[in-house]
Amino acid sequence: MEWDWEFVWEIMPMLLAGVRITILATILGSALAAVVGLVIVIARRSANRAVSRTVGFLAEFIRGTPLLVQLYFIFYVLPDIGILLPPLLAGVIGLGLHYGTYTAEVYRAGIENLPRGQWEAAKACNLTPVQTWIHVVMPQAIPPMIPALANYFIAMFKETPLLSAITVLELMNQAKSVANSSYRYIEPITLVGVFFLVISLISVIGLRWLEKRFGRVA
Amino acid sequence: MVLAGEIGVVQPIIKVDRISKNFGAFQCLNELSFEVAPGEKIALIGPSGSGKTTILRILMTLETINSGHIEVDGDQLYHVERNGQLVAADEAHLHRMRQKIGMVFQLFNLFPHKSVLDNVTLAPILTKKMKRADAERRGMELLDMVGMADKAKAMPAQLSGGQKQRVAIARALALSPKIMLFDEVTSALDPELVEEVLNVMRKLAAETDMTMLLVTHEMSFANDFADRILFFDGGRIVEEGKPGEIFRHPKQERTQAFLKKIIAAGQRI
Ligand SMILES: Nc1ncnc2c1ncn2[C@@H]1O[C@H](COP(=O)(O)OP(=O)(O)OP(=O)(O)O)[C@@H](O)[C@H]1O
Ligand SMILES: [Mg+2]
Repeated sequence: MEWDWEFVWEIMPMLLAGVRITILATILGSALAAVVGLVIVIARRSANRAVSRTVGFLAEFIRGTPLLVQLYFIFYVLPDIGILLPPLLAGVIGLGLHYGTYTAEVYRAGIENLPRGQWEAAKACNLTPVQTWIHVVMPQAIPPMIPALANYFIAMFKETPLLSAITVLELMNQAKSVANSSYRYIEPITLVGVFFLVISLISVIGLRWLEKRFGRVA
Repeated sequence: MVLAGEIGVVQPIIKVDRISKNFGAFQCLNELSFEVAPGEKIALIGPSGSGKTTILRILMTLETINSGHIEVDGDQLYHVERNGQLVAADEAHLHRMRQKIGMVFQLFNLFPHKSVLDNVTLAPILTKKMKRADAERRGMELLDMVGMADKAKAMPAQLSGGQKQRVAIARALALSPKIMLFDEVTSALDPELVEEVLNVMRKLAAETDMTMLLVTHEMSFANDFADRILFFDGGRIVEEGKPGEIFRHPKQERTQAFLKKIIAAGQRI
């Protein structure tokens, strides 16, 4: 088996299209995870026991089962009850739900780390609950969360090849289809590794910077 | 200044009526009742765990009550009248009532992400819809009063404990409450920083007609500061009276025992 540069340039456009989808899925998945995490945290803090228990159980359930199974469920099982989703959308929903349960834990820890005295001072200052969240809680709770959230961002990025299982044409899937049609594996699969490595390295450098800037979560 | 004997003539600004407070199986306050006249300076003293902090926290609505009623400035604190019946108050009512009350905490609880001046102006801007410029002018006046005007731009982490506590007092004053609650505001301070905070409190007591309730273990300060002393033990007021009576001629055995212990620990009264 010899490394064929000509073949590399030939398949590059397809692989780059795959990279685009991989990055897109990561960004959309992260955005959804950020929102899902917020919803979970708010629901779990709800005074309504039925709401907090149900959401708590669902979150544990999602976190305790493999992402791949969830992706299959969303893409192949939901159509049975009439919910037919395009592959990328199904993938983003899967990533967002799965990682949303992790971001919820980051939010929860960040909020719980805020001393009780801050809530009490806000109340003694007669701030409303919304004002308390905006002006007292979030400005203090969010910065320490950023490194942990960035970690999950990178972890999610590295799990996007799972989306190939539900026919999303991300990087891994493009590489596989190139390989299958040309019977050459070495270049496409090596390049997949290189792309992931390069993007991960760039992200890790960004993460180190965020950690220095905002400090690690205790 | 209103003295204990005059209560009954003036409408009390605080009327605590047989309130009880349980933490699980533990009864922290036991049918506690007392009244405070407008402008009165009250010191709450008593052994550790007797419920002093808890009653202040209840007045600040940081803690709920299990039974009883509290009237503040003519209105029920924890109840509203509906169809001639008193029912539990909602958050909107509590929000209205909190305008009348401010609190200074043992551990300051300044907002660490905000400058000294922003700590003082945050609540007036948000809750009183004050213009920033007006809030800052008033904030600077208050910081000047507590001797912290030159640190207006500093962040809380750059201040000493005594300085933090003086800022916390200015922050509570910024909302112009009728009632101020102080919970052991000097007990977390290094000894050499206590006096600067007590001086601010003395100034406040002399210059304003605010009603002040203060929990303290500094008996000589309670003696100077208070119009009336409430001695707490076991979630009840065991004895109350003018400082001279309580400190010089305590009637109850438990008060006597408490003061003896305090003197044995080296405090002057
Ligand atoms: N949140 C709580 N949960 C359980 N018990 C509590 C709680 N807050 C207070 N207590 C208990 O209630 C009792 C009275 O507490 P409180 O803080 O009012 O006492 P205190 O008179 O202020 O004492 P100290 O002089 O030590 O500050 C104590 O026994 C305390 O352990
Ligand atoms: Mg206390």
